[in-house]
Amino acid sequence: MMVQKLALSGDEAIAYAVKQCDVDLVAAYPITPQTIIVEKISEFVANGEFDGEFIPVESEHSALSTCVGGSLTGARVFTATASQGLALMHEILYAASGLRTPIVMAIVNRALNSPLSIHNDHADMMGSRDCGWIQIYVENVQEAYDRIIFSFKLAEREDVLLPVTVNLDAFFLSHNVESVELIEDGVVKKFLGRPKRKYRLDPDEPYSFGAMAYPWNCFEFKYQQVVAMRNAYKAFDEVEDEFSKISGRKYGKLGKYWTDDADYLMFIMGSSAGTAKYAARLMRQEGLKVGVVSVKLYRPFPEKEILEVLEGKKGIAVMDRSISFGAPTPPLASDIRSVMFANDMKVPMMSFVYGMGGRDFSVQDARNIFEMLMKKDPSEYPKETIYYGVKA
Amino acid sequence: MSYKPIRTLFELPTEENLAPGHRMCSGCGVTVGVRQILLAAPKDVIVVTATGCLEVSTVAYPYTAWRCPWVHVAFENAAAVASGIEAALKALERKGYGKRHPVIAFGGDGGTYDIGIQALSGALERGHRFLYVCYDNEAYMNTGIQRSGGTPYGTWTTTTPFGKVRPGKTEVKKNLMGIVVAHGIPYAATASISHWKDLMNKVRKALSCDGPSFIHLLTPCNRGWRFDPAQTIRIAKLAVETRYFPLYEVENGVYRITVPVPRPKPIEEFIKAQGRLRHLLRPEYADALATFKKQVEDYYSYVEMMTKATSSK
Repeated sequence: MMVQKLALSGDEAIAYAVKQCDVDLVAAYPITPQTIIVEKISEFVANGEFDGEFIPVESEHSALSTCVGGSLTGARVFTATASQGLALMHEILYAASGLRTPIVMAIVNRALNSPLSIHNDHADMMGSRDCGWIQIYVENVQEAYDRIIFSFKLAEREDVLLPVTVNLDAFFLSHNVESVELIEDGVVKKFLGRPKRKYRLDPDEPYSFGAMAYPWNCFEFKYQQVVAMRNAYKAFDEVEDEFSKISGRKYGKLGKYWTDDADYLMFIMGSSAGTAKYAARLMRQEGLKVGVVSVKLYRPFPEKEILEVLEGKKGIAVMDRSISFGAPTPPLASDIRSVMFANDMKVPMMSFVYGMGGRDFSVQDARNIFEMLMKKDPSEYPKETIYYGVKA
Repeated sequence: MSYKPIRTLFELPTEENLAPGHRMCSGCGVTVGVRQILLAAPKDVIVVTATGCLEVSTVAYPYTAWRCPWVHVAFENAAAVASGIEAALKALERKGYGKRHPVIAFGGDGGTYDIGIQALSGALERGHRFLYVCYDNEAYMNTGIQRSGGTPYGTWTTTTPFGKVRPGKTEVKKNLMGIVVAHGIPYAATASISHWKDLMNKVRKALSCDGPSFIHLLTPCNRGWRFDPAQTIRIAKLAVETRYFPLYEVENGVYRITVPVPRPKPIEEFIKAQGRLRHLLRPEYADALATFKKQVEDYYSYVEMMTKATSSK
């Protein structure tokens, strides 16, 4: 197998993956910092390298609506957005999952207005976290590329048929150039195949999609999505195994870094996981037993894996790059606390909100947080979320 | 435009894509219109419907009245959903995975004039090959007769009641055709359910376009317009005969009145037949009646003027 290596930004890497996935329809609306994805796909179209349809729609609402319509014909469909764009799509996110359309969407995570910020945090995806989509976060550009290909395979499984978001951090990944190993076109095509969809808009076998349900059957529709999410949880590992065969790469639901013998763990999502890992490596050289858990699959939530990794730890820091205003803790901290409570596990936990609106999260910041964990007696960890680095 | 015109009822197919047994109201103008449109369309049509009367009344799970592939996604996005279907089928056909089919999107006046105008404008501008039908019953009927951008001046609705200081709606009915035509699409037309042959041939013509087409269909609603359900077609006909709703088409920018009304019936006949407008005939609303009449006359003159202005094109 010939391995092609290219220097690509996160956005470009995603466009390359889309080109290789035999995608039939891309409908998207430009928004910083997602623009490079649509610009690159447009370039592929202009050069005859992409034979799907690219629809430059007039809004994100229409982008996702166009994708839903397209997907229901049985076509393979992709879109990408960020921030306000995802917020504008919110209504249709639920329609896409309810109609069981296996759309793959790249979300370049960016802060939500107001105040206006084009920089990174996870408020956009977290604001739509209950929309019924599988939600994957990536740490680097290679992972962004790989996860697009992986996601089509996962989404299109008959026992799943759910849309997937691949989340990458604004600028830190979207515009950062890294070396990316591309999989051969033919290998990707063979890996994905063209799974036949039983239910689609086909005059030879007509179905009605998007019916009105009454209180005596609406609940059952929603429950089918619950079942599909459970199936996705199981299918995830199978698809990873298959993907590792063509790529030699495997990421897992959780990225575990020096977790086995660690006393203290940091749970974190997205590109800052890389920063945290580097800090942990430096601290390990000093003999400090710290480790990092990168939460890569956020929905369905990797409950079992989280419990396993928590076993026997002295203290954990849970890092959220979004705020749940007025809530006891932000999203990831709430999920981890809930998983622990339901399983009679009580690892002392500190919840942090960090990096809002693109505030940098440095190696020193990661180190500071580990030191807070280690210096304090775990029984005295503050119960309230710490807004790390805010100038109060 | 090459299409096969319909001349007699005998030429219509006997099988319909909208089956009986749906839950639309008796005397509903929309149902009559949709049946006529689908009878004129090829059998392999794919239908998109915006949220509204037509949607909620034809697909009460586990039942469906649609014999053709049908989809509803939301209120404001029928044109965007249709865009996606059209474009995806185009790609599938090119790649040898599938086949293109005609696509018709139905939206009410709320879903077209108001909340769906952006998606419609985008789809028309992008040039997708599909027919968009606005079934205009001149208010949000599904939610209980609230005013829309398509509600005419002086009309009673539950959000524009007439009272001591107001005569009903105080704004003009939006010129939807003007907006659509401004996109420079190959074909746009108005139609009335009372003139079935005119409507059906417009559908045939619209679907023969290699690009977007639009039909603005007047569909009287006995619940919202306040008249006897047996009178639906008569009211629709009066709308044409009084020049309230001129029937015309715009083919590649050229306007043509398809049902000329040289000697219009008095507009009062249209007004007095409906509870939503009848108050305009009371002495205290004399000014409002004059405004209503003037708007009807102005619109008809506008269509005549456009016909004249584009005749040499």
